[in-house]
Amino acid sequence: MGFLDTLLGRTKPVQPKLDDLFALPSAAVTLEAGAGFKPTGSGSVCFRPVEGRSFADVQKDVQELLDVSSGKEGGLPVEVTKDSYGFNWLVSSHMSDELEALVTDLHAVNTSLVDNGFGPQLLCTLVAFRDDQERRLGLIYLYKRGTFYPFAPLSGERRDNALELQVKGVIGSDLKFEQDLSRWFPVWGAPGL
Amino acid sequence: MAARTRYAPDRGLTLRMTATMFLLGLVFVAFVVAIIGIGAAYHASDAAIVLFAVVLGGGFAIGSLFYSDKIALKTAGGREVGPNDREYGEYARLLHGTVDRLCALADMKKPRVAIARTRLPNAFATGRNADHAVLCVTTGLMDLLTPEELEGVIAHEMSHVAHKDVQVMTAASFLAIIAALLIRIAFYGELFGGGRGRGGNNQNAGIIMLALMAVSIVVYAVSFLLIRMLSRYRELAADRSGALLTGQPSALKSALIKVTGDMSKIPTQDLRAAEPLNAFFFAPAMKLNAKASLSTVFSTHPTLKRRLAELDKIQQQLGRTAG
Repeated sequence: MGFLDTLLGRTKPVQPKLDDLFALPSAAVTLEAGAGFKPTGSGSVCFRPVEGRSFADVQKDVQELLDVSSGKEGGLPVEVTKDSYGFNWLVSSHMSDELEALVTDLHAVNTSLVDNGFGPQLLCTLVAFRDDQERRLGLIYLYKRGTFYPFAPLSGERRDNALELQVKGVIGSDLKFEQDLSRWFPVWGAPGL
Repeated sequence: MAARTRYAPDRGLTLRMTATMFLLGLVFVAFVVAIIGIGAAYHASDAAIVLFAVVLGGGFAIGSLFYSDKIALKTAGGREVGPNDREYGEYARLLHGTVDRLCALADMKKPRVAIARTRLPNAFATGRNADHAVLCVTTGLMDLLTPEELEGVIAHEMSHVAHKDVQVMTAASFLAIIAALLIRIAFYGELFGGGRGRGGNNQNAGIIMLALMAVSIVVYAVSFLLIRMLSRYRELAADRSGALLTGQPSALKSALIKVTGDMSKIPTQDLRAAEPLNAFFFAPAMKLNAKASLSTVFSTHPTLKRRLAELDKIQQQLGRTAG
């Protein structure tokens, strides 16, 4: 924010950075080779709904668009859930080897929102992974910063920090990783994880 | 990427704020000119007094800027909490979760989070910059509001941090602090100034003190009104940014109505204890019993009616169908 904006108390809504999301499929290969985590095939986009008809219409369109694309391949329909903080999660489920298709779906959600002027409402996108011991891991992409960070929830709202740091070590160079650890905010009970 | 945006800047608010700050600057210049004039007219033997006031006032301003977070927390009885705080349990968890998400949405650094145990529903954000910002919410506020309404209030407070309101208001208050100091110094100078023992200079010194006091009083009064006006505009700006961030102006509206409506029911003991923090509060605890128009001019916050009307505008803006 510039000096003039500070003086006048103006904040411009932050536009999301979308392109880095496509680095995910190749990083997933490295992650599987290095740490044994495989994609579960489900991923979600988290966004802040805006009140009013206009946003509701856009959300409905997005949902229909994704339903049509997954219907063709016999996939599961997309689900929309609202979390306790009032954010919406749009969950898309694919087969575990269809990470590219999943990322394409997630990107379709992003572009629809951005094209309709709701880009600033995008919070994060989450792609779920699991290893042989059924440990859960989410790779989270922060739209506003264009960076990734890992989130490994344990039972009872604790997170496996050791695993998260291990993941950073494995794929830290493949993805644009969030360097500021204070921004690795948890998303407890995120749908699709 | 040329993304379409739904957010039109509020030119009216920008214009009014610019005008207020311009006037404040004008008063400052007039003040300096008047003091130089007084000094030149009566052999600048008392320039030292003005310099002393500037240094002392600057010290006050910088001190209050640097310790604003500690002072405000102490006054409000707030304590910094982590997400898994034992005493505040669910309060701390909800508050951290909400702040986390808003920070990610706005691409802001997370402020420190504090909770104050009081029934008075309120929230404030302070600290000299984003690195030292602290956001404090009372348990009364969290009991009163739904999570969506709470989020609206927190987005409002975080907009204050983003707009650097503590710095801006401290800078704006600098002039008033100096003027207030000069009034005091000149007053005591007038009382005791006669005993300086410089013979023929005595009468001159007395006139200087009187002139200094008169100028300072005028400057203080004018800048006080301008600062209050600026404060109200900053509140509107924070309402606006907060509502745009969450996309839910209605949640903020209902929070405002709930908070201001319940204010009058709280015992006065609490209200008086909370009074010094008014400038940083989400809605001021003290109600002036003066006439409506007068209290509007003196208050740090805009009227509820005004705030709701501005939020209505944003709601219409956001709800516009695509095209």
